[in-house]
Amino acid sequence: MNRFKAFVIKEFRHLIRDPRTVFVLFAIPVIQLLLFGFVISTEIKDAKIAILDFSRDDLSEGLVNKILASDYFILETELSNINQIEQAFRSGQVKEVLVIENNFGRNIVHDGAGAVQIITDASDPNIASLLDSYTRNIILDYQQEISNKTQAASTIIDVEYRMFYNEELKSAHLFVPGTMALILMLVCALMTSVSIAREKELGTMEILLVSPLRPLQIVLGKVVPYMVLSFIDMLVIIVIGHFVFGVPVRGATSLLIGTGTLFILLALTLGVMISTISKTQQIAMMISLVGMMLPTVLLSGFIFPLKNMPVVLQAVSLAMPPRWFLQAVKDVMLKGAGIAQIWHYLAIMFGMLLFFIMVSVKKFKIRLD
Amino acid sequence: MAELQTRTEPVITVKNMVKKFGGFVANDNLNFEVFKGEIFGFLGANGAGKTTAIKILSGLSIPTSGEIKVAGFDVYTQTELIKRNIGYMSQKFSLYEDLTIKENFRFYAGVYRVPQKEIMPRMMDALAEVGLIKYKDRLISDLPLGWKQKLAFSIATFHNPGIVFLDEPTSGVDPVARRNFWEQIFKTVQKGTTVFVTTHYMDEAEYCNRVSIMDKGKIVALNSPNMLKAAYKVDNMFDLFLKIVR
Amino acid sequence: MRTIIYIIQKEFLQIFRDKFMGKAIFAIPIIQMVILVYAATFEIKHIDLLVVDRDGSSASTELINKFRGSTFFTVHKKQLTENEIKAVLDEGTVDLAMVIPQKFEASIHRDQNAKVQFLIDAVNGTAGELALAYCRATVMSYSKELLIEELGFTQGVVQAIKISSRYWFNPNMNYKIFMAPGILAILITVIAWFMTGMNLVKEKESGTIEQLNVSPIQKYQFILGKLIPFLIIGLFDLSFGLVLAKLLYNVPFVGSLSTLFLFTLIYLFAILGIGLFISTISNTQQQVLFVSFFFVMIFVLMSGLFTPVENMPRWGQVINWFNPLAYCSRVIRMVLLKGSNIHDIRFEMLIMFIYGIVTNTLAVWRYRKTS
Repeated sequence: MNRFKAFVIKEFRHLIRDPRTVFVLFAIPVIQLLLFGFVISTEIKDAKIAILDFSRDDLSEGLVNKILASDYFILETELSNINQIEQAFRSGQVKEVLVIENNFGRNIVHDGAGAVQIITDASDPNIASLLDSYTRNIILDYQQEISNKTQAASTIIDVEYRMFYNEELKSAHLFVPGTMALILMLVCALMTSVSIAREKELGTMEILLVSPLRPLQIVLGKVVPYMVLSFIDMLVIIVIGHFVFGVPVRGATSLLIGTGTLFILLALTLGVMISTISKTQQIAMMISLVGMMLPTVLLSGFIFPLKNMPVVLQAVSLAMPPRWFLQAVKDVMLKGAGIAQIWHYLAIMFGMLLFFIMVSVKKFKIRLD
Repeated sequence: MAELQTRTEPVITVKNMVKKFGGFVANDNLNFEVFKGEIFGFLGANGAGKTTAIKILSGLSIPTSGEIKVAGFDVYTQTELIKRNIGYMSQKFSLYEDLTIKENFRFYAGVYRVPQKEIMPRMMDALAEVGLIKYKDRLISDLPLGWKQKLAFSIATFHNPGIVFLDEPTSGVDPVARRNFWEQIFKTVQKGTTVFVTTHYMDEAEYCNRVSIMDKGKIVALNSPNMLKAAYKVDNMFDLFLKIVR
Repeated sequence: MRTIIYIIQKEFLQIFRDKFMGKAIFAIPIIQMVILVYAATFEIKHIDLLVVDRDGSSASTELINKFRGSTFFTVHKKQLTENEIKAVLDEGTVDLAMVIPQKFEASIHRDQNAKVQFLIDAVNGTAGELALAYCRATVMSYSKELLIEELGFTQGVVQAIKISSRYWFNPNMNYKIFMAPGILAILITVIAWFMTGMNLVKEKESGTIEQLNVSPIQKYQFILGKLIPFLIIGLFDLSFGLVLAKLLYNVPFVGSLSTLFLFTLIYLFAILGIGLFISTISNTQQQVLFVSFFFVMIFVLMSGLFTPVENMPRWGQVINWFNPLAYCSRVIRMVLLKGSNIHDIRFEMLIMFIYGIVTNTLAVWRYRKTS
């Protein structure tokens, strides 16, 4: 046991000797949270638009003013003819062009119908559909204003709505658990697999294997430092998420930390399993990046909603550990779920854990023979 | 090995060479000359400063102070010219494990600007000398250590350098392979090449024309093996070494 | 020049001798183009809607049928209390709930002021907002029908302003032709960056770098010899990825491919410089991996590949001036989908060129043959 303790201490020293690695380990979660919190957002503000107003009467100018008064749009340029639209889009400056027909005001007053066209740059369809609906909402508001003045009816059913759990629509509730999954995957699985593969590549694994340490102790010794670091990372993320971004912890804190610990163990065994099948660091890295990091980002429902993916990909996502972790964590943090509500997620994660351990042990033995 | 009969012109001159790493003095005021065509041995325990010195002489490291010339060029300002005129082989046998023998030869020959037409015939000669022609398409990683070391030497001398530096070239190899390796060195010396070799095998010191013995960064003895043995009244280099270094 | 060719030849031999890496060069584009393009989309194809109809009138049934008629919605109709609705939302089996209050039909006819209420599980903010937008549109269209058919208003009064929408460069709002070029940008970046970064450090780990340092190879020859093979692989993977994008998703090539390749060449020059620079300041592959991963992650997230860059705060936009991936993802989409020409992307090209000069100069400067 003393020998094992000495080995773990040696591994830990080894890990923290390189300041770059330590910096990256703690900077990644913090910076990623800051990025998602303050920089990245799927909402749009200050989109640059161009206006092509053929009418230039009171009503058309009223509409333009109303659109530009919103937070969503900034006037980049005013156009004077149709042919300028293409160049405005192609130079990449303008995301939307609003075209107002000739005699817009007169048509509304006389015929009860003026026409506008919203042209969006749909080379990014996400932005295009959001800008299109923002603009439509503003125009509908404007229409309501006009019709109120003229006492004409426009709608008879009002829509009221309430957002649950997340009244202010902050995406923090999504990216904080997501960041947790990604960082724990990175530290546990990627780092463990590369560090064990490194011993194999440099031939130092053989030296360890002939030492009095038992194989299990060697693997544990390599894994424990990363376990400690990732545990700290997890706490850092929960604390920043709670105090900086106001993500609630409605369920029991002990359940949240227990779920996180189970996921850490799961990711570590996954890392060990990858290292048993990789001969070099590069191979371990490739398998980890392509096989784990990308699916964590894409197939866990962290950034992109799962239900809109093809059925095949949805099926693949069932085999992704972070998917179950995210479900459990979100339920505990945001919905205040207890163990009764999430036990099946935990059971699935536990099953995966056993599976990875079994495969690793088998592979490890084969290599020793 | 016989004493060098006639002293030729020096190809390496070292005056007051000092190399410090922070407060640690790895080379403390070294002075010596190496003459054309001799085998010059550099002896010392691990950490005595041998590798530091060989790295300075081969242009891998810049000394803290001192006046040093290798092949007539200054180690401070003319390292690139030095590099064209030397060969170098380290204890790691720096061949590409994932390339074949032939590919390694072609790459290093290209790097040293051996004319393209000469590369293949000269490689065949070199391989014939070490008896490995039929393995020329084998990966380095599949070869035994003794072969790798012979090949590393062939490659280090392939561009016919005037001086070749060998940094503990035989560490980890069995006695027979070491003997074979030294045969290879003697053949090269006969062509007029100067060999500068570091080692901690005392039997190898006997093969050198002159040896210098280093201890804690200083040269504590420098002469031919026979003269040294006579001066210290011992039978072999091993006893000599223990006597001096203690 | 000959020296450089020998280095390049050696690099290619090593890359393709490694069975895994040789395959990875082909396999990674295929995996990325096939899986990522499908996965990385915000497009909403399906909404599960819980309907609680407290009115049970013909008007409410008609409104529900409007939702049933849309392919977007799967309607789950149940009679539940407020708390029970919350519980169902908790389970996550539906996206949002619509509550039709009592006297819904009566209000329509009495004072033309009826209400419906939506309760939304807004854990996913964007999805919640879009789902709500679809629902409102459906309710509005029903409201309009009522005005015209039941209450006899003429259409002109109802729709004072006629709005039409046009989606340029992608009229069918095909998300795949948007994602595929973005994935291509990530692909060439990751391959070029990680492969060069780890390559040079591998020579350090195996000790062969020392053998090269005592040789007369010039610094610039060494850096160029390391750079060109991965430049070629990067351009190859771009071509391969473009072929896949065309075959799998029929991505339009509106602009000229030579413009795209010219830009990519300059871009790869910059990226490879970063990879080389990182490897000159690292001693192990593990260090290169983590430092690279750190920057690639930030660059990808901020590049505008997945999320709009328009509303980043000022300082975020300033950081993005130094984010090569932001230029690359923009230019690839501009050229492929919008047909932008060299003149349109001249600033991006110039900036990437300067970027490349700086990073490669740093790499040559930091690469020490002597210590």
